[in-house]
Amino acid sequence: MYAYDEIDRTLINERVSEFRDQVKRRLSGELTEDEFKMLRLQNGVYLQLHAYMFRVAIPYGTLSSKQLRRLAHVARRYDRGYGHFTTRQNIQYNWIKLAELPDALADLAEVGIHSMQTSGNNTRNVTSDQWAGVVPGEVEDPRIWSEVLRQYTTLHPEFSFLPRKFKFAITAHPHDRAAIKIHDIGLRLHKNEQGETGFEVMVGGGLGRTPFIAKTIRPFVHGRDLLSYVEAIMRVYNSYGRRDNIYKARIKILVHELGVEKFAAEVEEEWQQIRDGALRLDDDTIEDIRSRFSYPTYEKLPHMPEELRKAAHDPLFERWRRNAVFPHKATGYSIVTISLKPVGAPPGDATADQMDALADLADKYSFGEIRVGHEQNLALPHVARRDLPALWKALDKVGLATPNVNLISDIIACPGLDYCSLANARSIPIAQELTRRFANHDTAGLIGRLHINISGCINACGHHHVGHIGILGVEKNGEEFYQITIGGRADENAELGVLIGPAVPYGEVADVIEDIVEAYLALRATPDELFVDTVKRLGVEPFRERVYATR
Amino acid sequence: MTSPLEQKKIKITQPSVVTANRTWDGAVIYRTAAQQWSTELNDAAVVRGADEARALLAESVADDLGAVGAYIAPVEIGAGGAIAPGNLRETIRASGVTIPLLVQEPAQV
Amino acid sequence: MPLVKGGKIAADEYVHVADDAALPESGAVLLSAARFLADPEAVLARREKVGVIWPNNRDVEDLLPYVERLALIALVFPSFRDGRAYSQARLLRERYFFRGELRATGQVLRDQFVFMLRAGFDAFDVRKQADAEAYHQTVKRYSVFYQPTGDGRVAAPFRRLQLRHSESAGL
Repeated sequence: MYAYDEIDRTLINERVSEFRDQVKRRLSGELTEDEFKMLRLQNGVYLQLHAYMFRVAIPYGTLSSKQLRRLAHVARRYDRGYGHFTTRQNIQYNWIKLAELPDALADLAEVGIHSMQTSGNNTRNVTSDQWAGVVPGEVEDPRIWSEVLRQYTTLHPEFSFLPRKFKFAITAHPHDRAAIKIHDIGLRLHKNEQGETGFEVMVGGGLGRTPFIAKTIRPFVHGRDLLSYVEAIMRVYNSYGRRDNIYKARIKILVHELGVEKFAAEVEEEWQQIRDGALRLDDDTIEDIRSRFSYPTYEKLPHMPEELRKAAHDPLFERWRRNAVFPHKATGYSIVTISLKPVGAPPGDATADQMDALADLADKYSFGEIRVGHEQNLALPHVARRDLPALWKALDKVGLATPNVNLISDIIACPGLDYCSLANARSIPIAQELTRRFANHDTAGLIGRLHINISGCINACGHHHVGHIGILGVEKNGEEFYQITIGGRADENAELGVLIGPAVPYGEVADVIEDIVEAYLALRATPDELFVDTVKRLGVEPFRERVYATR
Repeated sequence: MTSPLEQKKIKITQPSVVTANRTWDGAVIYRTAAQQWSTELNDAAVVRGADEARALLAESVADDLGAVGAYIAPVEIGAGGAIAPGNLRETIRASGVTIPLLVQEPAQV
Repeated sequence: MPLVKGGKIAADEYVHVADDAALPESGAVLLSAARFLADPEAVLARREKVGVIWPNNRDVEDLLPYVERLALIALVFPSFRDGRAYSQARLLRERYFFRGELRATGQVLRDQFVFMLRAGFDAFDVRKQADAEAYHQTVKRYSVFYQPTGDGRVAAPFRRLQLRHSESAGL
């Protein structure tokens, strides 16, 4: 957990005062909507179909129980009793009133939560591995560097009016849970041959109308040069990124139009001028940030405690444990994923009651810490294995123990046409129906890891391009239709999915997915071969045949 | 349901209204013939041609203080003049999300 | 449009001369980049203050030969959402050591004052009278900053280290 100091708290409070003044000037007519829109976006306030939507930042997906309780309070006091966790580790509220927003922000500021730059043409939440700091095999905790970047990018005077939004992600593990390759800047933390910490810097990833996988422009940037190198990239983008067409304004387009070599050379030229300047990070500065991250003092606990041994006879507990519990770097501990994908419910939503309950469980079983993942699930990062049976019972009581993590019913979906003014089609009902078709968790377990991603429009907030199965809502003659892709991946082997055929109507999507799964079960080489690997091995054709044979 | 925010030209193929969101709380509102806003679709002024629509929109947009994001939306006129939303997007705006709001999965144990 | 300079609303001593008009006999002049670059030496030879309006889609590096002798550079925000002039301002101040008046023009609203000051602007051609009048209280909105820029204000990392050092020194 990172502890905010006086400086961090002062900045958040000054921001709240500023926004309060801006809202006042908007509601008095002193500011027009045209002038106000960018200001409210810079505080995460969108206008959606029914109401304003308020996006709150959860930096690199880490929350304290106190903070989670305050998020529950905001849901209750200012919204309709629930919140939605997003594909960028943030939380969204859908029914916020503009006039009450400054108060909501003040309530959040008290526990060090803000909404700065969660929207607008600026630098957004720096996301990371939700298992940072606790997963075996990690090089070092990427959240230290995420926090360094968060501070550097917050209210940066030069980069607050970019051509378009800008997203960072950092991973420090061979298996990338942060999807860095689909970000504007993706950073892979690793050590060089001298054992020094640095980053492979990838630029120009992104989905939407023109999806791209990020390209490496420098295989190793030393940790001390991270900020100056990022500043060089940002300055090149701010100066030369297109501003004539919002669909061509992301850095991925600039990289594509210049070519990677030329882009990298521009960055290098700029960087050489500033690398030894004020942005050079010395060990003291990094140490200062690191020192404000606190880590639990783990007890020496057995890997197979009595409580766990006894609970092993319970098939429901075992099913959950095998599905949602992951190894921890400290012996006797585990990482527990909390599925927010119950059968028949909107993916990624949690009620205020659930948030409060989880905060209590975090206090009791996870040193008061909760994580948010980009797959729209939560996690308790420090659970003693002896506490798993008790934790499971408590989670189950509040509907947070669905044993479908990483399975076909663990769907990632954007809010879609039910909420979003940009959408062409609904996504949540599609997700709900799919969870009902695959409600049998044992069957889902037999199918194995399979990521379905659903987006209600081409903006791809559901990351459908990189789903093992991707579903994209489109409009045809006023009706909802869906394009289906397969074979996408968001991890270190990131790849864009391939379209299997013409779009299918709303009523047929679940049938199509069932057909695809049937094809997979018939074609897989072994029960261990994952769906996405079968697609890789055989290509799209066998699936296309199966789906469109009768359509 | 291509976002009407992407409307460049105004093309009216059926009766339409002007709709927006109320500035202070974001509520869905419709422009009335009396140059006011109402949360009730049945109070909305109905236009039938592009010129009429353009004029109503221009007049609505001028109320920058009361409303945000005004645009032209299709409707259907029923028997007796009742106004109904003309596409799925407007149905969702008028009557809310198509999904249950608060769901908690029953405990498995 | 009121000019804010030195922290308050001020008269503009510069006369904006059209591209095809003759330079006045005396007094400070503000010229377009095209006009200035057509014959910079002739303009500078007048030995009066010279200002240049520099477009936001052109490298400020082209002004480098003249920064020592220009009294004013005006940068442009065609829309307040177009942030290219922030990069230009920082380069002019921090890399080319421009010491004259750096003026923000175009759609300049009060909510950008702090960003502009931090980027190196010290004069503002403000769009709204009310914003110009609110300048003094607006620039006090923020007292802490995370990033070092050329404006001389101490940024957070350095402040923290200062605090740590003074703590350990028993101050």
